This record gives sequence, structure tokens and C-alpha cells, in this order.
Amino acid sequence: MPSIAKPVARHPSLERNELGLTIRDYEGSMSTLCAGCGHDSITAAIVRTLWEISMPPQRLVKMSGIGCSSKTPAYFVYGAHGFNSAHGRMPVITTGAIAANRELTYIGVSGDGDSLSIGIGHMCHAIRRNVKMVYLIENNGVYGLTKGQFSASADVGSKSKRGEANRMSPIDPVMLGLSIGATFVARSFSGDKEQLVPILKAAFAHRGMALVDVISPCVTFNDHNGSTKSYLYTRKHEARATETDFVAPAKEILASISTNGVSSVTMHDGSIVRFRSLPAGYDPTDRQKVMSYLQERQSSGEIVTGLLFADESVADLHEANNTCDAPLNALPYEKLCPGAETLNQLQDEFR
Amino acid sequence: MRESTHSGVNDFAVKLANVNGTGSASANGLLMQAIFRMGIPVSGKNLFPSNIQGLPTWYEIRVNGAGYTARALDYDLMVAMNAQTYARDIQEVRSGGHVLYDSSWPLDKSLYREDVEFLPVPFARMCNERFREPRERTLMKNIAYAGTLVAILDIDMPIVEELLTERFAGKVTLRESNRQALRIGYDYAKEHFACPLPFHLRRMDANHDKILIDGNTATALGCLYAGATVAAWYPITPATSVMDAFKEFCDKYRRDPETGRNNYLIIQAEDELAAIGMVIGASWNGARAFTSTAGPGVSLMNELLGLAYYSEIPAVLIDVQRVGPSTGMPTRTQQGDILECAYASHGDTKHILLIPANPAECFDFAVKSFDLAERFQTPVMMLSDLDIGMNDWVVPRIQWDDSYRPDRGRVLSEEDLKDLPKFYRYANGDENHVAARTVPGVHPNGAYVTRGSGHNKFGEYTETPSEYQEVIDRLAAKHKAAANFVPAPIVASSGAPCGVITIGGCDAAVRETVDLLRERGIVLDYMRIRGFPFAESVERFILDHELCFVVEQNRDAQLHSLLVLETGIRKDRLRPVLVYGGFPLSARKVIEGILTHSEIDERTGRLMPVVRDLEETACPR
Repeated sequence: MPSIAKPVARHPSLERNELGLTIRDYEGSMSTLCAGCGHDSITAAIVRTLWEISMPPQRLVKMSGIGCSSKTPAYFVYGAHGFNSAHGRMPVITTGAIAANRELTYIGVSGDGDSLSIGIGHMCHAIRRNVKMVYLIENNGVYGLTKGQFSASADVGSKSKRGEANRMSPIDPVMLGLSIGATFVARSFSGDKEQLVPILKAAFAHRGMALVDVISPCVTFNDHNGSTKSYLYTRKHEARATETDFVAPAKEILASISTNGVSSVTMHDGSIVRFRSLPAGYDPTDRQKVMSYLQERQSSGEIVTGLLFADESVADLHEANNTCDAPLNALPYEKLCPGAETLNQLQDEFR
Repeated sequence: MRESTHSGVNDFAVKLANVNGTGSASANGLLMQAIFRMGIPVSGKNLFPSNIQGLPTWYEIRVNGAGYTARALDYDLMVAMNAQTYARDIQEVRSGGHVLYDSSWPLDKSLYREDVEFLPVPFARMCNERFREPRERTLMKNIAYAGTLVAILDIDMPIVEELLTERFAGKVTLRESNRQALRIGYDYAKEHFACPLPFHLRRMDANHDKILIDGNTATALGCLYAGATVAAWYPITPATSVMDAFKEFCDKYRRDPETGRNNYLIIQAEDELAAIGMVIGASWNGARAFTSTAGPGVSLMNELLGLAYYSEIPAVLIDVQRVGPSTGMPTRTQQGDILECAYASHGDTKHILLIPANPAECFDFAVKSFDLAERFQTPVMMLSDLDIGMNDWVVPRIQWDDSYRPDRGRVLSEEDLKDLPKFYRYANGDENHVAARTVPGVHPNGAYVTRGSGHNKFGEYTETPSEYQEVIDRLAAKHKAAANFVPAPIVASSGAPCGVITIGGCDAAVRETVDLLRERGIVLDYMRIRGFPFAESVERFILDHELCFVVEQNRDAQLHSLLVLETGIRKDRLRPVLVYGGFPLSARKVIEGILTHSEIDERTGRLMPVVRDLEETACPR
């Protein structure tokens, strides 16, 4: 199935961002996913987010593994490099890319098969390293490309299209992430762009890894009665724990937002995430409280969404390793090679 | 074959039998270094267990004024410091040799041999009298036997004292304890034995411009000089010390003097899949990146090596080979990864291999690995092994040419891209079939999606046979073109009808073999292969000889197989000689192997092959 380029016609009245680009400039090739796929809605949210934050296309790097979700980087920001790598390995390829150039902005798009089965180890260790990237999981509870096997995020009792019930307990990337030190954790729903866009903006502003789990129904293999990852089920059970606004650094003064308490979090780049509504006693900067809240609500059947946890105090991979500010891929060779004289001297130690 | 009667001045072998974890490595290294500083060709082979404390471990020192420093199997002196292994250690000494042992406890009468001389020294008793702490007593016992060797082998005492001073600079108490221990052993020997023994040392000047270095350290130094900035790895014997050394060098030479910040990043990955993935990600993004591993790691890396091969991303992998299959014997040496590395990953894949024979080549080939990986936009694997990587070798001082600049291959700059109407990743290959690549962040015109799935020359997804084949065929041509860029084979030819072909760390033993056989009237030409794909000269050497022996350290004759697969050579022109028990190669084993498969034609004096089933070609163990 070849990629299909979209027509380049642009309506002259399309609004332009700070870079003079229209939202069409953030699109990619035509999606080849099934009509109605949740992933396409997420792609649309990514496109909107990047346009709104005026991301220079060539400064974005789009990473993925293998699976339906991993095809999507081809469908947004045509002017950015993408890497559709190997199944489950997106986190490590991205870690390497970030090691080489800390100045670019990285988004990794993964799925529940890619991240919670074959690549779960890599995801966990990328979280532990606090690799500065947006790590997006398009979570549909099912293997789509291989036609409908349960994934590791399928809930107990959730039924496959053939009517079999899943018996194994699911892996929840949100709880997993929180338990191993994730510094930014959010969950959203592909059908809720209004919530997803501000979350993604905050995710791009985060100091380290922003883990964003998005329930994204598979219309072909997991949208039937008895599935707990269907549009209907998700809409019925979604409970927004938090509602957030994202305020970019430049607009800070105009917004005149109080940064007291936990009603807002100042992100590493100076932008602010304002929490409009929080449940009583909920503190999105208190890992233990967030975990207890989630456990309690999820055990009663709710799918808790929102920007759930953010901690801007933890060093990212480069900060923790005291790496120089300049991208490692751009250091002049003269700076890297100690030269013949040094080589000669240091060999005196091998006498 | 080396005769034991040869043993004499600057020509002997010592084997030291110890218990691991007791500090014997320090004493053995001291002896080795002292002999090196006396200007005499020397080698040290550490035969150690995969264990931290309590198991038998051996160290072998071979001294040879003529420069033959492959492992020797005729031990003139056994330093038997491990009662657990007395029986076999004492058996291994050549007839007429000597056994030095700790006589604090009586030696079982059954262990005595009539044909060797025993040198009893009460090391433990003397050290217990002199030192108080139990750990100190154990450690100093080692330095004490070193002292005895200084006396009986005539090692230069001022050199040893100088080494102690250097080692314990700033640690006066420790230095004094070591000195005392050294004296205990030395004085006892002087008093009780006729020093020196018939075989002993005499100063030479062979090491004037040499260094004593292990291959892993030299490899790390090569990576430093190549300008590698990203390294990712997972701990594994025997490759770990590559990254240990790289980190140490980076701490010294890659910290910005003004900011104190690091101009490198080393990541200890969660596994080897991750390590190679990080290297691929970093290389894709324009950094020089590498990983170091051993066979088990390469097995795991197979998947992503295929990705890098097919999507044409540079990657440098240092494989310090150990004994396989599976976990195998982690602390033993082998050349068992040749085929695995040549064809790593599923589908049609072929890789570039560089195969050094010693630490000096480890340095050169490490640098070359990066140049070739970037020139050919593909993984390059350097196949070292445990013997080269972890043992200290005497090699010429490493030279560096300050005019060197990294060959970054075809990478389009912002200038190249800004007026480019359309960039197609895999189109327009150069004379080596390499297409230009782009690095993220430079210019939007260079953007494309890199993929391990089927793609056409434009970099677009494809499932069309002709489009797929066009790309995969170019990859084959590209690999072939690399044959002219890998290090050429080393050939020593005098027009003999038979040749011997070898690879990597077998070099020293095979060269010694060639010389020893020549003394017996058997002439063999010599070729050491240093890279894959094979240069044309490799095939030519084989065709120029009626028969070639292929000496390598694995069971399945992997180099032999690769030669048959990748050249037009008929299988029966090559005779495998295989030694794969896990210890560094000795000339004796090679000679045994060659003579097993040949006989000498009495009429012509030529070495003639004995036609035999190839299954039987393994060397007697």
C-alpha cells in the first residue's frame, strides 16, 4: 500500500500561525488507516497542537515503532524527519536520536502492542531516564494489523470480536509510568480533541518525558459490544479528573494566572498549565496521592482522564549526564580529538 | 615444534596458578610489566574463570627474545599457588622444568615428580609473621612470590621497585608493605636456591618504541579519536572494559575545560537491543555512535542490525568474541561470531567486518569502522576477541596523524538542501552505490520517513517487486564495493605451493608456525584476512596455491565457509585447522592441525594434503 500525497491546494483564508504557516502545513500524507480510526483523530490533534505552538516543521522529529499507531507519523508534519523503526524499539531509537541532538523536539507515537508488550522494557527505561520527548500511546486494547488479538492493555472480561473474554489483567501505562518515576503522565481519549490539545501542548513544554496515554478505539476489531475500549464504552466511563489550559510563555502576562498552590504548574520552558477543575484533595504534583486517586476511581470502573501528574523538578537524560548544551552531533571534530601529542603522552602510561 | 631444550635466556614460559579474587592479577601484571620494561618481547595470557572469588585461575607469561609471543604450552616454571589444582599444574611442567610452591604446608608425596625440580618457599608462613590483617596476608603472599621470581629469573629489581613506586604513588604504607613482601620472597630465594635458574632474563632493547596495552583499551582510544560522541552498551564479559576505558578517556579528554560539561554521552542500556537501537538512533541523527558487546549481545542485536542495513544507517559495533554458543564460556576466547556477524539479521543482509589481530589494529580499525560506517551508511562490526581485548600485548606505539578528518560520507547540508526541489533518500547512488542522506533539523526539504518496511528508491513505502528489488540489489552492490575499502589482507608469499590463511588473534601463533615449519623444510605462504567483504587479493592468494590451510578458532570452520560462500573458490582447495577449546592459540596446536591433514612427499619434500572427510578436520584437543 503506497503512501498517498495529499493535494496541496490551500484556501487563502486559512489562518496563519507565528511562523506564517497554516494548519495544512502541519499535515502529512493521506492516512491509510480504517475510516473512523481513533488514531486519525489523534493525528488531527497533533497537527492542531503543533500549528498552535508554531513548531518549525524541521525542528520536529517523529518517531515510531511498528503497528497501526506507528504508521501515523507519516500523516502529520510532512516537513519533519520521521523514523518508522522496528516493533517495540521506538523508545531506544529515540533515546539515541535525542542523545545526538538535544535541541530538536521529539514525539514518539506508539501503541499498546508496541509499548506494553514487545517494547515494555524499553518504554520503562526511557521513562526512568526521563528522556525529553512526548511519548504518545494510541491505546486500543487490540492488535489491529494482525487482525484482532488482545493486547496487554485489554481489560479483564473485555470481549474480542469473536466473543472471547480476556482473562489476564491489563497493564495500565499510566499506573506503570507513575510507579517507576514518570515525570509527566496524562490520559485522554481520541474523541476528545478539546482535552487532548492542551495536554499535548503541556507535554511538549515538559522538561523530560511526557507520557500520554490516549484511548483510541479500533473501529474494525475492538468497537463492539463487550469491548471496554470502544467509543461507546469510553464515552460512558470517561471521568475527567482534571481540566487544563495551556498558557504559552509569551502570553503569560495577559493571562494573569496565579501560580500559587497546585492550581497551576509552571513548565520548564516558562509556560503554565492551569488546572481549571480538580477533585477535592487532588494534587497533580503529588505522585502518591495521584496514584491512590487513580486506583480508587479505576477500581470503580472509571476511565480517568486529564493531565494527571507533572513534576518539573527532575533532570532529563542530558541534564542528569551533564552533557554540553550544544548538540553532540554538531561538535566540531577539533573539539573531540585530543590530537597526536596527547596520544603520544598518554601512551607513557602503557609502559 | 618448539623443543623444551630451547628454554634458556629470554626464552621460556612461566605459568602461575592462583585462586581468583586473591589479588594475584596485580602481582602477575607487575611481573609482566617489569619484563616489558627490561626491553624483552613478552606476552601475558590470563586464563580466568567466570567467577569473582575462590576458583582456580591461571596466568601465563611467555618470554621470547626472537619475538614469538603466542601462547606457549611448554612451561619451564610453574608457580603453584593453588593447592586445589596442584595435581594438574605440576603435571603440566615440562620435563626438566621447575615448580615453585608454597611450602607452608607439606606437598602430598604423590604429587612429586622425579623429572622436575621443586622450589619450596613458605610464603604463607612468612607473610603471616610479617603482616597482621588477613586480607593483607593474602595479598602480600602474591607480591612475595613475585619477589621470588625476581630472584630466580633475574628480573631487574630497580625496575620492580620503580613500578611499585608508580603504582602506589601517594600511598606510602601500601608501597612499603609491597616492598617488604617483595623482599621476603626475594631474600628467601637468594638464600635457598641457585639464582638465577638456567632459564632467565637478560635486558634487551626490543621495546623501545612499544607499549603494553590490551585491545579493549586500544579500541576505546580509537573510538575517542574517531570522534564518537554517543555510546550505548550493556555490561557483558569480555566487552565491558571497552566502555570502562572509553568512559575514563572521555572523563579526561572530553570534558569542556571552560564549562566542565561533557562532550559525550554514554548510556548503560537495559539490554543489547536497546544499546544498538540507541546507536542507530544517534547515528541516524548525525552523531558518531558505537556499542561494544560479545556474541550473546550480537544475537540480540540482529533485529536492529537488519533495520540499519536496510534503511542505510551507520552504526559501529565492537564485538569482543567469547566462547559460544549460548552463554558458553564467557571468560574464554573464540572466533565464533564470524558468520553471525557477516549475515546478521533475517532476510538478505550482509555486513562489513573489520578483524584486528592485536591492540594496535584495534585502535586503527576502530577509527576505520566509523569512516566506513558513514561512507557506506551501514553497520560496521569490528571483531575482536577476549584474547586480544583483555590481555596485555606488546605493540608498537600508536601513531596519530593530526590531518585526519572523519569521513562523514554523503550527508546533505543546509546549503545543499535549500535549493533542492525534492529529496529522494535512496536515489542517485554514487560510484559505490551510496545515496545521499539527510539529518533531521537541517532543512525541511531534507525531510523523509526512514523505514525498515519495504521502500523504493524515493524512500516511499512500497510492495512492488521491481521497486523493492531495485533497492535491495543496490545494497548488494554497495556491500561489494566496500571490499576495496576494508583493510587489505596481510600476505607473506614466497611462491610456495601451499598457504596458510588465518584471521584475527591467531596471527602470532600462525606466523610462529610458518617459521617453525620452515625450519623443518616445510614452506607455507601466509595470508591474514582483515576485512569482509573480501578484497580481490584474498581470492587471488587462494588461487595461487594448490592448497591452503585455514586456521581459525571455532568448530564450524566459519572463515572457511565464508570464503567458499563469497568467492568462487572450490571447497577442496581449503583445509580447515580448527582450535576452539577457549584458550589463546599456540603454534603447537596449529602445527598439530596442519600435520594431521598432510604428509610430506618424500620425493619433492612438499607438504601434501591428505584427503579426508572434512568432519575430521578438527585439531586433536
